[in-house]
Amino acid sequence: MSTIPLGPVLDTAHAPGDGARVVEPKTPALLLTNHHHLCPGCGEPLAVRAIAEALEDLGLVDTAVCALGIGCYTSFGATVDVDLVQCLHGRAPSVATGVKRMLPDATVFTLQGDGDMVNEGLQEVLHTAARGESLTAVLVNNGVFGETGGHMTATSVLGQRTKNTIEGRDAEYHGYPILIGDLIAQLEGAAYVARGSVHNAGAVARTTKMVRRAFEAQRRREGFSFVEILTMCPTGWFIPTGEGPDYLASTLGEVHIMGELKADGQIRTTEELHAENVRKAAELDAQLARGGLED
Amino acid sequence: MTTVVKSRGTVTIDVESCKGCELCIPACPPAVLTMSGPVNKRGYHYPELHPGCTGCAACLMVCPDYCFEVFRFQTPVEHEVPS
Repeated sequence: MSTIPLGPVLDTAHAPGDGARVVEPKTPALLLTNHHHLCPGCGEPLAVRAIAEALEDLGLVDTAVCALGIGCYTSFGATVDVDLVQCLHGRAPSVATGVKRMLPDATVFTLQGDGDMVNEGLQEVLHTAARGESLTAVLVNNGVFGETGGHMTATSVLGQRTKNTIEGRDAEYHGYPILIGDLIAQLEGAAYVARGSVHNAGAVARTTKMVRRAFEAQRRREGFSFVEILTMCPTGWFIPTGEGPDYLASTLGEVHIMGELKADGQIRTTEELHAENVRKAAELDAQLARGGLED
Repeated sequence: MTTVVKSRGTVTIDVESCKGCELCIPACPPAVLTMSGPVNKRGYHYPELHPGCTGCAACLMVCPDYCFEVFRFQTPVEHEVPS
């Protein structure tokens, strides 16, 4: 923790004058407004931001088409300036397949939650991955059905508290979670599979790079690309907003291990990802201590 | 006694969009963000900036309501603060 003595409150209502420059990453122009109806402390807006940033960085804004699932994030369809198709619950990968086959030069991606992708439409995403469709699927995973009341999903981890697992998810009664990223990485048609998170600034930066790599894989027509993003849901987890990031890291993050599960034809094991995470966390801490996240 | 604190950067905060989740407070490496006493129009406390910002953009990256824009000064600004 810093020992800087707290001075007076500074003016933050106005941008500074000529002696200052805006630091990248700026808020992407694709986000038409910063008003949305998601709860305080929600992680999904950060995932949406990572996608918008990746599209702008790669110059893919004009060719992007989103197949949007059903969940809290669906409301972003109205405020993010990307062409989109609203899909039935869980069916986004199949709709995206149709769009990609008709418009092979488009950058097609799905945005789905864990309830949408892993509960309602598990077979859609698995078949799309197995077929090796050149599209990108983005999963925002918080382990609860946020929009429809906060009950558990297939990705809720053991011990996780949700509306219908008040004592924590119990393997004997509720079964075991599905690690969707690990499952997709095993399929021959999947070219790039990664799992990121938004629980701190370093994780957000790393996740944005993963989304960028997934879009690059799609542009090179390497096959199916998949990015899972762990997000906070303090409302669904019954915790104060400020505890969201730590809860994510200590529950979902311990089971759904973050990292690149499949890249450059190589599938990585849980142990390898753990070791990589420890190394990257140390690097990012050092970078932040130097006072910047810029590359 | 006063101490000179250097600000290498600064931020703008869209106070009315803030939902008071407080994610930016622990995210700030120099710990120069605190929550306000007063509330915005929607009734939420919001972050306030004190001298010592490095312009690292960690607050911007964790803010779910896109409230921050980050700037870096060409020449650091100095503030005298009571120590």
